[in-house]
Order: sequence, then C-alpha cells, then structure tokens
Amino acid sequence: MIREAVNGVLNKSNLASTEIDFLFAGDLLNQCISSSFGLRDLKIPYFGIFGACSTFIEGMSLGSIFLDGNAANHVICATSSHFCSAEKQFRFPLELGNQRPQSAQWTVTGAGAAILSRTGNGPYVTYTTPGRIMDLDIKDANNMGAAMAPAAFDTLMTHFEDTGRTPSDYDAIFTGDLGYVGKDILQDLAKTKGFQIQSNYEDCGVLIFDQQKQDTHSGGSGCACIATVFSSFIYPKLMNHELKRVLLIGTGALMNSTSTQQSESIPGIAHAVSVEIL
Amino acid sequence: MNPIETPQTYQEYVNQKSPNSPILKNCFNAFWVGGLICSIGQIIFEFCQYQGLDQTSASTVVSIVLIGITAILTGINIFNRIGKFAGAGTFVPITGFANSIVSPAIEYKSEGYVMGVGAKMFTVAGPVLVFGISASVLIGMITCLLI
Repeated sequence: MIREAVNGVLNKSNLASTEIDFLFAGDLLNQCISSSFGLRDLKIPYFGIFGACSTFIEGMSLGSIFLDGNAANHVICATSSHFCSAEKQFRFPLELGNQRPQSAQWTVTGAGAAILSRTGNGPYVTYTTPGRIMDLDIKDANNMGAAMAPAAFDTLMTHFEDTGRTPSDYDAIFTGDLGYVGKDILQDLAKTKGFQIQSNYEDCGVLIFDQQKQDTHSGGSGCACIATVFSSFIYPKLMNHELKRVLLIGTGALMNSTSTQQSESIPGIAHAVSVEIL
Repeated sequence: MNPIETPQTYQEYVNQKSPNSPILKNCFNAFWVGGLICSIGQIIFEFCQYQGLDQTSASTVVSIVLIGITAILTGINIFNRIGKFAGAGTFVPITGFANSIVSPAIEYKSEGYVMGVGAKMFTVAGPVLVFGISASVLIGMITCLLI
C-alpha cells in the first residue's frame, strides 16, 4: 500500500525515483516494517521515522528543513496504517467478539505520500513547529484523543506564539486523529488561552468516517488518517484555491502494547506545519 | 479553570468529556442473547436425553456442539459481530471461551503452526485457564478437608 502511494506520487509529479534525494517514512508496526519492507525496492536514501500517528507531519517538517538547508532538491514523505495489523499489534485478534468503548477510535486503512521540492509553484510549507512530548497521565489506551489533545494544544500555542498568528489567520486548521473526544477537548483547552478554534477547525479522524453508518465510535486514527485526508482532500482544495492557508497538526500517541500492559501512561506528541498557496 | 494544570484535574475533566457506553442497551442485549444460547444448550441436552444418553454424556455433547458452532461462526467472521452486539451475553457461556481460543489461532497462523497457532492460541483464554484451574484446585482442597 505504501509502495502504491509512493509510486503514485512519483507518477503524478513526473519525477524519476533517482531524482528523489531522501525518503522519510514510518508507520505503526514494530520497527516500522511496513515502510522499510514496502519501500526497499525503490533504492532511494531512506530515513525511517517514528512519530506514531504524527509521522506524516514529522516527515514533512524534516523534509522541508532539509530543503531549506539546501541538503536536497526533492524529498518524499510517506506513511501508512492498516486496521487489521493495528488491531493485532495493539488490541485483540480480529475475530474476538468483544465490545469497544465509546471513546475508542478506528485505525484508518490507507497510505499517503507527498513530494516536497525546493522550487515550484506551491503550495509551500511555510512554518514547521516541532512538538514537545506531553504526558498528563492518561492510561486508557481506548481514549487516545484525550492522551494526545494536550500535546496538540501545546504545539498550537507554541505555533501561535512563534509566528504571531492567530486562528483567524488560517482558512482551516486540521488535527490528525484526535477524534470526537480529543477535538472537543482541544477546543476547550484553546478557549482557556483565549483562542476560539471553532468554525475553521476540523479533525481528520472526524472527517474520514461516517460515525453513525460506519460505527467507528470516536472517529478515525492511525498514521494514514492525516496522510490520506491531506493528500486526497486538503491538497486538491489548496490547488483550486478553495483553501489558501492551512495548519496541519499531526498527533501521535507514543505508546506500545507492552507499555500499556505495564500500566504506563500514554505520552502524546504533535507536530505542526503550515501549508500555503500564494 | 484550566483542566491541564495537574494530571488529576485533567483525568476528572476527561472522564466528564468521554462518552459512556450504553449500559442499559448492552445489558438488555447480553441478557436475551445469553439466555438464548443457554436455551439452545438446554434443547440439545433434552434431545440427547430423549435419545437415551445419560446426564454426563448429554452435557458433554452440549459443550461439543456449542463449541463447534462457535468455532465455525468465528472462522466465517460472524461470531465477532454477534459478540459486538451481545457483549457478555456471548462471552460468559462456553461460546466466549471457544471464540477466545479460535480467534488468536486464526490471527497468528501466519507465524507458523508451532510458535504461531500453538503458542499464541491461549493469549486471550490463558488467564481463564490458569486462574480457573487454580481456583478449582483450591476449592477442591477446601471441600476435601471440610467434608
């Protein structure tokens, strides 16, 4: 799937794989094997990265810094996730007849890839705000939105402080996979600092599924959540100027199944990039 | 008030914000589905006795039939849907136990028959066996001493 996505973006860009300087990719499986196995035949210098579900935005941040520092002309950022493999690794066997809590989220099956280039007509990555790890002692692996929301809030505040911008400077702000619960929490947290993020804020986990028909409880999650929503929904809107300036905040829960069993809390991370078209 | 001041305030705030499971609906579904499974078991039991089996043999046939049906339904991706609907209704009877052994066996088959199916078949049901057998041994000893 990730190979399909990377080959797809190469075909669309008319670039040969030999013209790509670096590849930043990662996923949720142990030791990021989906990325390294899927991309091993491409022969592009590869950086395997792990930011849980924030991997795509982490890749875009690192890639744009490489371009800005004249270290590369073209980089690819890619990621993937799969519902079945995520269930097997983090939860129960698929065929087990159990009930999921209402705050649980549904891993998106998909892959997304983007090419960043040093020159071109845009859209441009204009700012990157790397996130700090935030841990407010949430231990419920079925409530990732609550575990990641403080990280998203911290990165959002850092971004506004750093750039002097406010929510109204953006046509749209997207978080990765906070889901319904996390989205609600982030809006509340932003209010405590006097920022209203209501009409121009959406969460990719909320957008990607139909909560009622698909019974996904608190919405989508996984690396592919923001990657697919950005590549197939937000990017076309930027290209036809429906949106001109967006802030993408990739959110990740930095835990594994063993840490959950050992009753460790779930540290959250969020990386932000602003993407603009002139 | 800022809910992220301390982990305690945040936890309380999160508990408020997180939607609860529909307990009444879940209990109702668990009740009637669980009852239905037990009734099916009883019908098989009566039928076996009618055919001339003694009580112990009839109970064994009931277990075998219910486990067999569950294993097949698990294999064809139906039992997990019933389980999602009925929760404890399917999990508490012997059907839940069968499902919890068959589902990891299917899931881990890709890791081989010995270390995959063989070793990981009991990842979900293992604790039930360990503590169930330990409890029965303990109670057996108590009964033996007192009676």
